[in-house]
Amino acid sequence: MSHLSDRPGDAVVGLALPHESAALHVTGEALYTDDLVIRTPGALHAHPVCSPHPHARVSRVDTEPALAVAGVVRVLTADDVPGINDAGVKHDEPLFPEIVMFVGHAVCWVLGETLEAARLGAAAVEVDYEQLPAVVALTEAIDAESFQGGQPVVTRGDVEQGLAGAAHVFSGITEMAGQEHFYLETHASLALVDEGGQVFVQSSTQHPTETQEIVAHVLGRQSHEITVQCLRMGGGFGGKEMQPHGFAAVAALGATLTGRPVRLRLNRTHDMTMTGKRHGFHAQWRVGFDDDGRFTALEATLTSDGGWSLDLSEPVLARALCHVDNAYWIPHVRVHGRVAHTHKTSQTAFRGFGGPQGMLVIEDVLGRCAPLLGIDPVELRRRNFYVDGQATPYGQPVRHPERVVAAWDQVLETGEVARRRREVAEFNAGHEHVKRALAVTPLKFGISFNFTAFNQAGALVHVYKDGSVLINHGGTEMGQGLHTKMLQVAATSLGIPLQRVRLAPTRTDKVPNTSATAASSSADLNGGAVKDACEQITTRLREVDAGRGLAWDDLVREAYFGRVQLWAAGFYRTEGIHWDSTAMQGHPFKYFAYGVAAAEVEVDGFTGAHTTRRVDIVQDAGDSLSPLVDIGQVEGGFAQGVGWLTLEDLRWDESDGPGRGRLTTQSASTYKLPSLGELPDELHVALLEQAHEDGVVYGSKAVGEPPLMLAFAVREALREAAAAFGPEGTSVDLPSPATPEAVFWAVEQARTSGPDHVVDGLPGIVPDPPDPDAPALHPTSERSAT
Amino acid sequence: MTEPHITVNGRPRALGATPAHTNALDFLRGLGLTGAKEGCAEGECGACAVMVARPDGEGSRWTPVNACLVPAAALDGQEVVTAEGLGSPDDLHPVQAELAERGGSQCGYCTPGFVCSMAAEYYRPGREDFDLHAIGGNLCRCTGYRPIRDAAAALGPAPADDPFAERCMHAAPASVPTRLDDFARPADLHDALALLAEHPDATVVAGSTDWGVEVNLRGRRASYVVAVDRLPELRQLVVGDEIEIGAALTLSEVEAGLGGSVPLLDRVWPLFASRLIRNGATIGGNLGTASPIGDLAPALLALDARLVLASADGYREVALADYFTGYRESVKRPDELIRSVRIPTPLASHTTFRKISKRRLDDISSVAVAAALDVVDGTVARARIGLGGVAATPIRALATEAALEGRPWTLDTVEEAAAVMAGEGTPIDDQRASAAYRSAMLGNALRAWWSEGSQEGESR
Repeated sequence: MSHLSDRPGDAVVGLALPHESAALHVTGEALYTDDLVIRTPGALHAHPVCSPHPHARVSRVDTEPALAVAGVVRVLTADDVPGINDAGVKHDEPLFPEIVMFVGHAVCWVLGETLEAARLGAAAVEVDYEQLPAVVALTEAIDAESFQGGQPVVTRGDVEQGLAGAAHVFSGITEMAGQEHFYLETHASLALVDEGGQVFVQSSTQHPTETQEIVAHVLGRQSHEITVQCLRMGGGFGGKEMQPHGFAAVAALGATLTGRPVRLRLNRTHDMTMTGKRHGFHAQWRVGFDDDGRFTALEATLTSDGGWSLDLSEPVLARALCHVDNAYWIPHVRVHGRVAHTHKTSQTAFRGFGGPQGMLVIEDVLGRCAPLLGIDPVELRRRNFYVDGQATPYGQPVRHPERVVAAWDQVLETGEVARRRREVAEFNAGHEHVKRALAVTPLKFGISFNFTAFNQAGALVHVYKDGSVLINHGGTEMGQGLHTKMLQVAATSLGIPLQRVRLAPTRTDKVPNTSATAASSSADLNGGAVKDACEQITTRLREVDAGRGLAWDDLVREAYFGRVQLWAAGFYRTEGIHWDSTAMQGHPFKYFAYGVAAAEVEVDGFTGAHTTRRVDIVQDAGDSLSPLVDIGQVEGGFAQGVGWLTLEDLRWDESDGPGRGRLTTQSASTYKLPSLGELPDELHVALLEQAHEDGVVYGSKAVGEPPLMLAFAVREALREAAAAFGPEGTSVDLPSPATPEAVFWAVEQARTSGPDHVVDGLPGIVPDPPDPDAPALHPTSERSAT
Repeated sequence: MTEPHITVNGRPRALGATPAHTNALDFLRGLGLTGAKEGCAEGECGACAVMVARPDGEGSRWTPVNACLVPAAALDGQEVVTAEGLGSPDDLHPVQAELAERGGSQCGYCTPGFVCSMAAEYYRPGREDFDLHAIGGNLCRCTGYRPIRDAAAALGPAPADDPFAERCMHAAPASVPTRLDDFARPADLHDALALLAEHPDATVVAGSTDWGVEVNLRGRRASYVVAVDRLPELRQLVVGDEIEIGAALTLSEVEAGLGGSVPLLDRVWPLFASRLIRNGATIGGNLGTASPIGDLAPALLALDARLVLASADGYREVALADYFTGYRESVKRPDELIRSVRIPTPLASHTTFRKISKRRLDDISSVAVAAALDVVDGTVARARIGLGGVAATPIRALATEAALEGRPWTLDTVEEAAAVMAGEGTPIDDQRASAAYRSAMLGNALRAWWSEGSQEGESR
């Protein structure tokens, strides 16, 4: 057992504590970025002028009419940018564009004394556009070969050989929609110019350091002149990893030009039409099985819908390719990926970061092929699990594959799956118009940033003379409970009660060069850094104590008078990982997180409406740092995944009409999130026992993203319930999202034994081959090469 | 007359020069009470929910509403309580304590709104179990709702000395006639009609659940707003030879007032938006906007309802079936107000309401079907079917009605009528549903009704 994962007997980690801000949340006292405006006298308000076209050259911008509107103070345009006119790190995202690339793209921003003035001013700005052809649908982009960025390939073995030797070869196409983050807090920034001309930006950002860098390059300043702070966010889910930078830069630019604080907050319409979402994917696949239903080969081409700029599309794609295997051993693999360029919002990080899309492909394959193979899907999945000694297609040994089996067996047993599946069969035999199904799916998710450099973190721990402790770390709080865990880590490491530790807001002037709070790894990374800082202090204190066993307060006081340093900066980097993004081979993940879910659904054959009757989950969270927080992550991630797969329906106008390129579901009334009514009648969640993870802070595991993919169980159950309306052995091609309408048509397809979309035999649907001239991913593709 | 003000968490706050387009949420946040949040600005997420003291018999009742939809001016003279007013971090309200301890908050942004919705339910007179529909209009993106459901289930009765429970023993604030530059709350119907004559371009609002969305998301501004939701003449509910429902009663008030006497409407209520919206939206407003979907309209068409329209010239009665003239258009003149809705009795023997939507609860219909049949000796003597979402207005399914009337109430008749019904209206493809699905749902509505009835042994 490593020192890092060793947990003392009386640890504060492992206690089921409520969120550290819970009392502030419930009383409305917790402050979010936009709550600071009323506390900031003289703030100006920013409003965008948004393009109504998906692709057009801006031929004229006249801001004069806006300046004539009462209360309008200034209009920010490209001419105002002293530094680099770009909101990204790849320099493909002009902040004030000459060519607009999607409906909603901000041409300029109006600053007003009130939001109303800024809004009216924005309406008064005159913009002329020369419209250009637009690529909207992902399939249009594929047909037009409209791609951007690198085209990676993950290969192992010989796919042709694997397919040729297979007893069964099937091929098909799998499409899945994107997903709007719909964090309840929309993007917000508040910038002001500090003493000495320094810029202070409060931002709802998951990546304060990168926000700082973008603000600096837009303003033409150095990073040390910019401070970014994030108190907390009202949800992030990846949507605030790269997307906040431009908004922060606009606010900062306005503040430097006017000398007044500038507030920029997107309303929901702006947030939905201007910011990126989960990537929709299109996948062509061919798969071989042996007589027992074991995979022999998988060939696939995955194309993601990247939107108008690269953003995080390449690393999202890389993670998708690295998760196509999910928990299954596939001897021969060739999976090729590319990013479509479309005139839509720039799709970005979203909980799972491509992992869900990759895994959905293989789960879709299994769900559609099981009836054709005549093998029970529960058995088919179980039969293909990794076993010890096997490695992923990208060459990383799969450690602890037995944990999937343990979780699987536990779900089957505690969920009484065998008995309930018999009951489902009886129910279905007795009901013509309503059918039930119970499906079980596993998950395996790699933890760490693929890009090795991001796997580092810093922390600052202060012990004051009175024995109280203040900690800072580089991670941001968006509801995931990171701060709660960090307080527990500090209290454990210092051996003091939790109440003695306070956590200060995330700021770039406290901990520099931080990584995004992303990839589920923030507790691993920042926990390691906090622990390191605490241990430096306890090492010094141990010398002061010299075995006397002094009480904490006495020890601290004595150390101070003995001129012993009572604070420390901690650092952590994940050991043992490496990744060649050009070859798509290596050991990118510190470990894998595992989980299993069983879901029982009921489908109404008249409408396709469906309900989830019961869900059983076992999730591997290692030795949990904070079980209440982790259970919350499991349940919330699961619900969000169910939303993505069964309800949330992003619709873009793909017609040739005047609304082409417009997001038609751009509000809460047209884009429906799961509500209380979608909560399963019964939900049983357990964390896997005996799950200590060696080499991770206090033996824990990451839990932010993986549970999202537990929702596959619901999707597979819906597929099986739809199939139950048809004859035995019906293979159902279930669209994603499986809205009631989609399920209804799937039921109709099953009833009428409609066209089977799976092609049996070779050559079948041959996935597009990799483009030999396409660039590979670069080692720094996650960020700029600068 | 005192200066226009709202009592917020027990403290009077002057409305001052607040324009009519400033909603209560922005007003409260401008006071520094930033607990209530703007999540969607259209009453869909509940992050802005606050409690308002509303009349309830002799006493009052804490009623949660979406602060983002209500003009601040509409709360002149009223009492509002926010999450900050319910408790403090050192002294949590029971609802706050349960939510906090059980992990009911993650990011915390939706939480103050949940707290207000839950607290209002906590103080509901006669509450035994917590009605989860009370929080159906609050969205949480983090938790998956299970800990929130558990927190709700764990709530005991309010202690007798609880100040908010105490407050319910006393009358709610009276309606205050308000005159601001661009907002007026007339004292009675006579005043209201006079104001409308004086301001022909005025925007009439009641709960503002529709108008508030226009203001917030589409930047619409009224030259003059007239609030009619407290007009006493529009707030009567009489159940006698016919049922007469005042147009300014909120849907929650109608639901409570009818007390289950119209079974068809009892099937509508849980599917009509959310409790937060039903606490604001009025029956008159729902018909006044003349939305092609408006779930109440199909139900009232099936019930053969008539509208009483009031103007300075007096009253006139219009059959609802003759009321809608086009997309969001009706026979109501700008100088007229809907005074009440009349439903003839006896009610039909067999009624149903079916709503097809993406999300089961709190969603806008793709298709809504309401049917009322009089079945006499096994034969359909009379059929009334109202449809929403399949034409520019809510419509009657006249061909289907004809296919049913005089026929035996059997599966064969249902199948034949279902085939006719699938051809009713002129459904379109949009982001909610395809035209083909809408048509299929029309036909299946009758089949599902029959199936439900035949399987349960009776048709309702």
